[in-house]
Amino acid sequence: MAGLDAVRAAALMAAVRDAGRHADVTTAQESARAVLPVVAELSPLLPGRGLRRGSTVAVAACPGPPASRPGRAQGGSAPGGSSLMMALLAAASRSGAWCAVVGLPAFGASAAREMGIALERLALVPHPGPQWPTMVAALIDGVDVVVAAAPTDAAATVTRRLAARARQRGCVLVPYGTWDGADITLRVAHSAWQGLERGRGRLRRRQVAITARGRGAAARPREVTIWMPNPAGTVAALARPRLTLAP
Amino acid sequence: MSVVRTLVLWCPDWPVTAAQLVDGTPAHLPVVVLRANRVIACSPAARAEGVRRGLRRREAQHRCPESIVLEHDPGRDARAFEPVLTAVEAIAAGVEVIRPGACALAARGPARYHGGEEPAAERIVEQVAQECAVESQIGIADGVFAAGLAARLGRIIPEAGTPGFLADITVTALGRPALVDLLRRLGVHTLGQFAALPAADVLSRFGADGAWAHRLASGHDTRALAIRQPPPDLDVTDGYEAPLERVDAAAFAARALAERLHDRLAGHGLACAQLEIEALTAAGERLRRTWRHDGLLTAAAIADRVRWQLDGWLSPAARPGAGSAVGRPTAGIVRLRLSPGGVLRGLGQQPGLWGEPGAETQRAHRALTRVQGLLGPDGVVTAVLGGGRRSVDQSRLVPWGERRQPDPGQIQAPWPGRLPSPSPAVVLPSPLPAAVWDASGEVVRVDGRLGLSGVPVRCSLAAGPTVEITGWAGPWPVEEKWWSPSQALRQARFQVSLADGRAALLALSAGQWSVEAWYD
Repeated sequence: MAGLDAVRAAALMAAVRDAGRHADVTTAQESARAVLPVVAELSPLLPGRGLRRGSTVAVAACPGPPASRPGRAQGGSAPGGSSLMMALLAAASRSGAWCAVVGLPAFGASAAREMGIALERLALVPHPGPQWPTMVAALIDGVDVVVAAAPTDAAATVTRRLAARARQRGCVLVPYGTWDGADITLRVAHSAWQGLERGRGRLRRRQVAITARGRGAAARPREVTIWMPNPAGTVAALARPRLTLAP
Repeated sequence: MSVVRTLVLWCPDWPVTAAQLVDGTPAHLPVVVLRANRVIACSPAARAEGVRRGLRRREAQHRCPESIVLEHDPGRDARAFEPVLTAVEAIAAGVEVIRPGACALAARGPARYHGGEEPAAERIVEQVAQECAVESQIGIADGVFAAGLAARLGRIIPEAGTPGFLADITVTALGRPALVDLLRRLGVHTLGQFAALPAADVLSRFGADGAWAHRLASGHDTRALAIRQPPPDLDVTDGYEAPLERVDAAAFAARALAERLHDRLAGHGLACAQLEIEALTAAGERLRRTWRHDGLLTAAAIADRVRWQLDGWLSPAARPGAGSAVGRPTAGIVRLRLSPGGVLRGLGQQPGLWGEPGAETQRAHRALTRVQGLLGPDGVVTAVLGGGRRSVDQSRLVPWGERRQPDPGQIQAPWPGRLPSPSPAVVLPSPLPAAVWDASGEVVRVDGRLGLSGVPVRCSLAAGPTVEITGWAGPWPVEEKWWSPSQALRQARFQVSLADGRAALLALSAGQWSVEAWYD
């Protein structure tokens, strides 16, 4: 009996959803569909606390081997861009969105899986060739989140055209690497691994500080400090030091 | 019922020939095909070394140690025989397949057409040799049984000479081990002696099967040929007088061709899950690509794929360097051929219980297939996780649209030596060179007992600047496939974290340091 009720409820839900789509009744639902979820730890960085469809959310990559500057990197990025990109995709992918990653032949699928990305809804285009804007444009037409590793010499006209296309099609474009004119740019400002000592231990977790800078609603810079990855390979909030009363 | 004059075409050592045709195994070398540990066929070179049918594997390899040993694959044999049948059918109608490697047909038609049985046999052997590069022998006699025996000798038995031909052959040719054994013990050694027994007595002593064997032995093989129905030709081809140079013209042609293919398949009650598109250009270039699809292809889906493929071939933008073996053709397309693969009974696709897969899914499929049209099927891949100790081995890339193996995300098999999570986010497809030094500036080495020659202090990864090592752990050894020199892998792995905040997975193999992955 309970099963039958569940079936009826599901059918009713579908009907309601269809009605909502056609009659444009529920704005709350519409706005929920317009924002793809992100993991809770990253949501303070993004306006709308998620990936708004049609927006361009860039992730800065660590530009080559950085000079020996321990601690906070000025202007540039600390290592951790790949993990940040995966963490950004994870919740959306788990909730049923289709993702594509263009131009990253060294994408670590195991790490993506640990981060929570559904690999069956993740397409990889490792070598897009010189016509990468065509490939990215074709993917923007059909996929919900497109990660594009642009070559460093990408022309501004091309990037603008792709961003406009994403806005029109309701796709979230996540440029990975250098990209001018993104709505928000996420950057790993600081990262430090823990767990590895001289001759013992293993890499367990990494504390990262992520900054977001952008335009419009995201103009005010924001920063969060989280574990990425934690020992399970996912993202976790820093545990607050708990104050207890002395006896 | 009279005995039909039958022609049998026999290809010697067919399993060996089939392996050569399908897998490219060199048949001039000693080749042995085994089933259930017994030799069922061997190449002439192996036979010259003393290998015989029925030997055990060990005995065969003892007599001919350098032989190539293959497992018997009935599917391979049957597949390779199909072109031979087609070649025979081009000359004579009504072919019966006795088994892969032998076929029978009524000799009367070809004999009258070619002016005699001998010219007809020569013509068929020649045709098979030309079309398929397969050697064959022909025997003609009354009935399939006698003709099959004649084919092994390459003889044409004159009319009414069949009982005489059979008389001297041993009873083993009947192929009934129990009956043959019994006959031998009764003192009956040749078919002639068996045929001389009264038919009624044979029936009462040996039963119906024995009576049938008796009829075969006496040359009264009256069974009619079970003629095979040639499989329908499903390919559709179209030629164009004005070469197709532009994408829109090609798309128009593609749609018509796709409709025809779908109609033809539907007419036979079939559907296909694979599509091969072949184009011939005015300059004589041949372009070919196979599209796979997880599900059945509809008319619109066929048309889309053909259009995308032609778009990829014809549009000036399409020339991806990697992933595509085909460059841009230098001339327009004059001929298009679509051939379906993975054909199965079209029962109509069952829609899902909760309706069709979502619109988003279809949209994504279309977009990804579109990119495949530009880059080739290997241009778009999905990752499937599997077992393995090294990071590179743990994910396998499968072209989009091909069946993903059931996701072994919850890998049950233990992989001792696998690194625990978190996994590296950047797994280099091919390792980059590295160098690791100890405090005295010597390159760090690992001895056979996994002892380090020094403490790693500095390193230079991927030809970058020298960086201090802040933390390291290892060595964690991997030794895989030591039994196969070409695939063997022996390495010691290290995790290192560097002063600039990066962390990497390094491997030391044969004194060479390399970067396997970055913990980015």
